[in-house]
Order: sequence, then structure tokens, then C-alpha cells
Amino acid sequence: MTVTTTTPALAGTETQPTTVAGRVRKRLNTRWGTAASILIAIVWTIPTFGLLVSSFRPEDQIKTTGWWTFFSDPQLTLENYEQVLFGRSSSAGQLASYFVNSIVITLPSVLFPLAFAALAAYALAWINFRGRDWIYIGIFTLQIVPLQMALVPLLSFFSQGISVSGVDLLPAWNLDDEQRFIQVWFAHTCFALPLGVFLLHNFVSQLPRDLMEAARVDGATHPKIFRTIVLPLITPALAAYGIFQFLWVWNDLLVALIFAGGGDETAPLTVRLAELAGTRGNEWQRLTAGAFVAIVVPLLVFLSLQRYFVRGLLAGSVKG
Amino acid sequence: MNFDFADEAPKLAMLLYGVVAFVAVVGGLLLLLDAVPARLARRREARLAAAVAAGKVIEPGRRRPRDGLFALFFLLPTVLMLGIGLVVPAIRTLVLSFKNGDSTEWVGLRNYGWMFDRPEIVDILVNTALWVLLVPLLATCIGLIYAVLIDRARLEALAKSLIFLPMAISFVGAGIIWKFVYAFRPAEADQIGLLNQVWVWLGGEPQQWLTNSPLNTLLLIVVMIWIQAGFAMVVLSAAIKAIPTDMIEAARIDGVNAWQLFWRITVPGIRPALIVVVVTISIATLKLFDIVRTMTNGNFNTNVIATEMYNQAFRYGQTGQGSALAVVLFVLVIPIVIYQVRNLRRQREV
Repeated sequence: MTVTTTTPALAGTETQPTTVAGRVRKRLNTRWGTAASILIAIVWTIPTFGLLVSSFRPEDQIKTTGWWTFFSDPQLTLENYEQVLFGRSSSAGQLASYFVNSIVITLPSVLFPLAFAALAAYALAWINFRGRDWIYIGIFTLQIVPLQMALVPLLSFFSQGISVSGVDLLPAWNLDDEQRFIQVWFAHTCFALPLGVFLLHNFVSQLPRDLMEAARVDGATHPKIFRTIVLPLITPALAAYGIFQFLWVWNDLLVALIFAGGGDETAPLTVRLAELAGTRGNEWQRLTAGAFVAIVVPLLVFLSLQRYFVRGLLAGSVKG
Repeated sequence: MNFDFADEAPKLAMLLYGVVAFVAVVGGLLLLLDAVPARLARRREARLAAAVAAGKVIEPGRRRPRDGLFALFFLLPTVLMLGIGLVVPAIRTLVLSFKNGDSTEWVGLRNYGWMFDRPEIVDILVNTALWVLLVPLLATCIGLIYAVLIDRARLEALAKSLIFLPMAISFVGAGIIWKFVYAFRPAEADQIGLLNQVWVWLGGEPQQWLTNSPLNTLLLIVVMIWIQAGFAMVVLSAAIKAIPTDMIEAARIDGVNAWQLFWRITVPGIRPALIVVVVTISIATLKLFDIVRTMTNGNFNTNVIATEMYNQAFRYGQTGQGSALAVVLFVLVIPIVIYQVRNLRRQREV
């Protein structure tokens, strides 16, 4: 939250002559410092690297020798990927189908909270009405409610509807098969909103007041200001929060496990992978390739849009 | 090959419905807000014109701003979703925690008493405490050290990306990556897990790392540190760069050494960021579920509150006990958050 102020410094580091840390680093024995940082970087990268190398090695090789023998005896195959993606046997993974599920789950689960949070953030920042601060505080504090607190009743809301002392207020939704995507979208949207409103409110409320007032004087209504002025201006913030939400939804296990069920109609990659890790924990040729299938999309998104993601982080995010 | 696009058609149709619903809801809302006030304004003008034509005296318009109405519609989706999805369920969870397994009878505080009666639950609480103590501390320390070391070094951006990368990997993916590192083969075979291989090279016997308690909990904690250190590093690095240079100049004139500079300038300078990092990681760690479930499924004495909550509520059908665990989780989060809010307020006042 207070970290927001540091964002400009991040962009303008080149112009600053020096920083504390740079000086500390210089005064520390540079050789040791460099060695330590390289060591940390290697330790951090090796596990993922080993997984990547392994996923391309033939099955008998993975199971009998360490992945580092690859460098003395390089053997490459794409068979593992073919197996986990399209393999016929039920134990093979059939990840292609789950991959589609992950995409179907993720898109609406990013779009809805993004739009809702942007609307709410605008209202809380630029529309005057009574109780505005209280609503903002309320939404802000909802961030601390662990989503575990909501799981049991929300699931029963979908399966049994709402009834107060015997009177049915809402019928059960009775969703099955592909329709269960709806409850996953719903759950993800609800759980994402407190953080989303908070992050976007930070950006929206910092827009120049003159701009808003000029627009009002010109007779623009709130929806018009929102569409033509606010939305274009907060695009970077929307991107930051969108990436955040994308990574969160794509990587989520708990919500999917409860609201999507385990079948190949709706379960995302994470659920299937967790299942493979549990039941076939030693089929490393499938686990390594499968894990890489699951992490490649977020990795690409992350690497290409890292700058925005960092901005989102620095706006003081609390999520988990 | 076992992939048929026809099989996927219903899913893609659902996706299409989802997107159409999105366009309809958001577009519809904006359209409604655009059209209705415009129409009302036209009608009002017409009425005024008619009044003028009829020669009536027009009272000075007490144009009440319709802001409240706009705010209502802008906030409606969010408030509705939060109410249905978070507020009401959280209250119901609280209520359910005082009921029995299938929520048919009131049992008072029995679910909470149950927690402290069973030794395995006490173990779970101890494990959770271990997680919440070690992960924020070590992840923040490593992140801070690394941020200092690489600051303004060559290839800084690349060095940062390497550590930050695990943030993009799901906990499940990270679980599998590290399960592979910890993999075990009997002593006579070649090791395929990196840790055992290193251990053997150092002259040790291969170990079943993930089944030896309490070491296994520590090894799971390593995975979480691996993920979170990047987050700590990015935030702290930005904070370090924001410390004003004249402070360092002044310190340098006073002749402080690197060590003093670090403790007296750097650390106090980034204190707010440090607090945010520690608090954020603590909260994420308290709710941790995926790593434990993927790597040991809570067996071999590695269970934590969030996994046990899932097991009780969704596997054993013990809604009451599961809800009680969720409430405990919530109660544990509160003090951390209060601490952060108080700190933030103090900084604002200064």
C-alpha cells in the first residue's frame, strides 16, 4: 500500500547516480557478493530446469538415471508430451481436454471481476453519495476473509439453493457437466473482487480531479466519463490486475477442486495434475511433461507482461 | 491420438455463453445508464418547454443530482457478488461451526473442543505455526539479501526474473517440480532426485525425504520459500531504489561502513515495504493448501489447517468440524491484518 510511492523510482533507476544497496554492495566484498547472488540464482533455477530437461527424455531414461546425465548422453523425445496430451489410456493424462477446461474457466473468471471491479472502483472514487467510505472500507476488509470461510455454504448455495426456515427463497441450480463452469466462474469472480476493487481504486482515485470536473462541466454523465476517460487512462492498471487474476485462476487448485469436480468435462489442469501426482507419483515421464504443459501458459504470460505484473504487485497486493 | 474437437464443443459453447453473458451484463448496464438519464432529461426539458409556453412561472430548479442512483448501479454487481459469494457464506460458516457433521443439530463449542482434544490436530496447529514462522522470515531475508546483492549489478533484470519466475508457476506445478528434486531410489540404483544425488555424493545414504517427519514439513516449507522469495525481492528492491541519495551521502560523510549503512539506512528506509511483504506472505502461508496436498496429501505428519479443513468438510462430510477450522483460520489472520493496518496508519501520520 505504501509501496505505491516507489513505482516511479523503479522506472527511473538509470538516472539516479547511486542507491543505498548499490553502495552497500560495493563496500561488501564484491566477489563474495557476486558469488552469493549467482549461487541463489542457480539454486532457484535448477529445479525448473531439471523438470524441463526431464520432460524431453525417454521414459526408461527418466526412471533410471538423473536428468543431469542428459549432458553426457543426450537423448530427446517428444513422446512424453504426446502421451500426456493425447494418450488414449485413462492413466496417460489426456491433458489436452483439461487444457481446454483451464482456458474455458480462466477467460470469464478474468473478464467479470475486471469489469465489475472497474465499475465499483470508479463509483467509490468519483461519485458522491452517502455511505461511500463505509462501502469502501467494507469491501477492503473483505480481503482478509479467507476463502475457506465461504466454500461450504457457497457450494450448498449451488446444490441446494437458499431456504430460510423451510421457505425456499432460491431454487437449487442443479448444474451438471459443462454447466458447472458457471459455478467456478461465479466463485472466482466473488473471491477476486475485494482485491480488484482495492487495486483499481488506488489507480482510479489518482486521476487528476481537473479532468473529471472539466468533463462534468461539459455535461458528460458518469457512464460516459467512465467509458471515454477513465477506462483508457487506467488500462495499465487493468492489465496489471488482469494478469494477476489470470495467474491466480489458472494456477488455482482449491476453488476448482470444489466447484468444478474432478471429471474431464470441467476440471482444469491443476486438478488433473494433482491427481496424477497422487495416484501415479512415480510415472515421472508423465508428471514432468504434464507439469510443463500446465506451467507453460502462465510462464509465457508472465515473461511477456512482467512489467505490468510488477506494477500490480507494487500497488500493494494482498491475496492468497 | 485421443483428441476430438467434437468432444470439446460443449465446453467451447459454455465459454461462448460466458462471454456473451459478460457482454450483456456489462454492456447492458452501461447502455441502461446512458439511455435512461438521457431520456429523463429530454422529458424534463419538454415539460419545462410546455410550462414556459403555457406562461407558468418556473421555480428555480432544485436539480437533485442523480449521483446516488448512478453509484447504486455501478456498485450493484460487486456488492451483489460479494454478498452472495463472501459475506453471507462467511456468516453461515460461522453458524455451521456450531453445528454437527451434517448440520442438523446444535453442538455448541464441541467442534472447537474436538480440535484441541485430538493429538493429530494439535500436530496440524504446530505444523501451521512452523509454516507461518519460517516462510515469511526466510523468504523475506533471502529476497532482501538478493535485492541488495544484485542492485545495479550487470544483468539486473535477468537476475530478478530468474528468482521471480516461480511466482508464475502454480503451487501444484511447484509441488511436482520439488517432488522430483526429492525423489528417492534405493541405494543400489542411480538416484534421479537431485537432493538425494547430492546427498550421496557427499557420502550419505539415500533418504525418503518426504516421509521422514519432521524433516518433510521443512522440505515442503522450502517449496513455499522458493515461490515467495521472488515476490519479496521485487517489492523490496523497488523500496531500496526509492531511498533518497542525500541520506546515503550524509551517512558516507559521517564515515559509516557498509554494515552500518545497511542496518541504519537501508533497513529503516524500507521498513514499510518489509512489513507489507511479511504480512502478505504470512497470510498466503496460513491459507496454504495446494503444496501439501500435491506433495504428501497431508500424510506423514505434514498436514496444515487449510488441508485438514478441506478433508473434514469435503472428504469426510464433517461440515461442522471443517467450518470450525475455517473460523480458526480466519481468527489467526485477524491479528496479522490489524498489525498491518496500525502500522500503515502510523506511517500516514508521520
